[in-house]
This record gives sequence, structure tokens and C-alpha cells, in this order.
Amino acid sequence: MATETGRDDFVIAIRSAFLKKGTRQKFSLFTLLIISTLVLSLEYFKSGPVDTFRSIAKDLIFKGSFFISEPFVYIKKNYYNFKDHLQMYEKYTELKNKNYNLDSLKNENKFYKSENNRLKKLIDEKNIYSKESLLSKVLLDQQSPYLKSIIINKGFKHGIKLGTAVKEKSYFVGKIINVNFLTSRILLANDLNSKIPVIIEPSGANAILSGQGNNNYAGLEYLPKLKKIKEGDIVYTSGIDGIIPQAIPVGKIIEKDENLFVEFFVDFNQLKYVSVNK
Amino acid sequence: MAQSNLRKIYKNFIHAFPLLFIFFLAFTGFDLTFFLFENSFSFNFIYAVIFYWVLKKPERLGYGLIFLVGIINDVVQNFPIGISSINYLFLCAIASFIRARTLMPNLLYDWIFFLIAIMIVSSVNYTILTLVFDYPIKYGTLMFSSFITFLIYPALSKIFYQITIIDLREENAQ
Repeated sequence: MATETGRDDFVIAIRSAFLKKGTRQKFSLFTLLIISTLVLSLEYFKSGPVDTFRSIAKDLIFKGSFFISEPFVYIKKNYYNFKDHLQMYEKYTELKNKNYNLDSLKNENKFYKSENNRLKKLIDEKNIYSKESLLSKVLLDQQSPYLKSIIINKGFKHGIKLGTAVKEKSYFVGKIINVNFLTSRILLANDLNSKIPVIIEPSGANAILSGQGNNNYAGLEYLPKLKKIKEGDIVYTSGIDGIIPQAIPVGKIIEKDENLFVEFFVDFNQLKYVSVNK
Repeated sequence: MAQSNLRKIYKNFIHAFPLLFIFFLAFTGFDLTFFLFENSFSFNFIYAVIFYWVLKKPERLGYGLIFLVGIINDVVQNFPIGISSINYLFLCAIASFIRARTLMPNLLYDWIFFLIAIMIVSSVNYTILTLVFDYPIKYGTLMFSSFITFLIYPALSKIFYQITIIDLREENAQ
């Protein structure tokens, strides 16, 4: 008898939790769960009016998010400016002590460029990548354990395409994974799901740069064992996938616990403007 | 006059605090991400806010608005749209169930039930993301983030309790 009453109470509590509308509640939990499931099932529609509606909704939410985050972005920006100011003297001394010999490097670079172009003509290689790029402002910086991405203020209205490479100055940042009407999402190279084909120079070894969720470095997969790779070697995009152009500098090789990693040239915490390849 | 207006704004702010706070968290994606043993973890403040307010003062946090918060969170975090809404509504259901079954509320019970609730919700979240959407997500990171959210729940609960007291005081002062 007591067990039956206990079971009845349990059922009543569950029923009241799901079906009963609370005070000042317009919907029951059950109704909203059904609506959520329906909304979730719309994820299977990747084109048509559903996709257009989703794209507009995302644009609106990103813009709202941008305005709400603005004071915090301002504080973050000032914090990094302040940090930079504190390190200014050290950086100045470091640069002063280094002998860059820039003029000689410039001439050397010019020579290699012209030689490279001549050789490309000889083997009849055509450049399939556009050299045009579009400067975009970073609206949102979303760096959680599940996702390292940024939102920019350019979308398919501005000619942004899925999968294209994104750079800061001349360094690789990531690739476009989501294009809306007015905004786009960039998956940063340090995200857990980011896999970028790269080439390590001067050895010429091909590998896959695999993000590890760390802001400073990423791992390397499918690294050939026979090639001699040492600390300080430069890692560039290889362009093997046919989407991301080749020769965009990504970072340099570092060694940690006898494993090789790539230290990024870009500071993912301080991205303000990026250029998107068209 | 100016002082009375300020008082009114303050009162309304305190009254709508859970709503404003939850929308702020969803729009900004604020989660205090930190690194531990070269892995990044974060707190899920939204879980704590929903659980506390649905348990203690459900009239302050409408289920419809919680659904909307879930949609915003999905867009900001790039999850399939609707998944966070399901998680949050499940959490509401568990909190509502506990409220109906508890005779003598106390922080320790709430804390333990919160752990059970977020473990159930995180498991549902992981199952849908991996089985239905093939979404790459680390189970360990998800569960550890839920666990550290559980650890800070008593502190958040104390803060929210103080806000409830201020809200009550403001209501009674009228």
C-alpha cells in the first residue's frame, strides 16, 4: 500500500514537472521540449528557405552578441595594450640586439621570387588561387573548450565562400566553416577539429597540422619519420587540399617532451582584423 | 524624482536579474575558460542559474525564455540549433521534479541533486551530439566541465540567495 502511494507521488511529481504550467509560465515543459526537438530536426535542411531563415537568425544573434560583448572586448583590448606596454622595453632591447640586415634580406627575397616565377613558367604551373583578399572585422571571439572560432562581419553578400583561408597580416589564422548573409564563422587553426595540410621547410616534409585546443601551439600528424625536421623550421600551408592556398606561414617547429609541435605566429587572443581570401 | 527613478531601475534590475544574467551569459558565451594540464575547461554558469532559480523561484525564469536562451547559446557556440534548449528544459524538468518532492530544502541536498541533474543533462547532450549529429566533442572535457560547475554551485547559490533576499526586501518595501 505504502509502495503504491510512493509510486503515485513519483508519477504525480513527474507529470507536474513536465505538463503543469507553473505560475506566470506560458508554456509547459513538454510543449517546449517538442518544439526544441522540431527545431533540432531542422538542422538536416542545409538549403532552401529553412537555411535562409537560419542564416538571418544567426546574423541577428551575432550582431546582438557583438553589442553586448563590446564593453568586455574593450576591457580585454586595454588589458592586452597594458601588457604590451609593460613588455615594451624588453622587446625593444631584444630587437635592438638582433641584427636583421633587412636590405640584404629584401634583395635576397626579390631574387628568390623572380627565380620562383621563372621556374613556375618553365613547368607551366598555373596559380589557381585568387590573390584578392577582403579585410574583415572580428565581431566575436568564441574560445571555449569545445570550440575555438571567431565571427567576422562579412558573409556571402560580400562574396565569402566556405572553406577559404583566413590570414592576419600574412600569417594563417584558420578557415571559413560557416557563411551567413552578413557574417561568417572562422574555425581557428588551434581548434580540436582543425586539420590543415602543411609543408615544413627546408626539409619539404608534408604533414597535417592538428589543433589541440591550445592557443600557442598545435600538433603534427602523419609526419614522415625519415625527414630531418629540427626546432625552428618554418611551417607553411601546403595547398594540397586545393582550397587553402599554399605558402601561408603558420608557425615554427618547437620540441616538447621529444615530440614536435608547431608554435603559431598568430596570437589568437588579439585578433581584431583578418583578411579572407576571395 | 531622480532618486525615485533610480530606485525603480534598481528594483526592476534586481527583479529581472536571473533573466538578464542568463541572456548575458548566452549572448557573450562567458564561461571563464582556463587551462589545466594543457587542456582547456570551463564553467557552465547557465546550468547553475537555471537550476537555482527553477528550484527556488520558478516564477522569475519563464520556460519560454529558457528555450530562447538555448537557441542563442547554440548559435554563439556553433552547436546544432535546439540542442541547448533541450538540455536546459531537461534541467528545468529535473529541478521542478526535485522541488515537488522536497519537503525540507537544504543546500547539501540541492548540491547533490545538482550533480545528478547536470550529469544526466550532459550525458543527454553528449549522446545527441555524437550519435545524431556526429559532432566531435571530448567526453572527458564535457564531464569535467560539468563537475567543476558542480563544485562552484554552493558559492553561486549563496550569491543568488542574497539577490533573492534583496528582491524580497524591495518587494516588501513597496
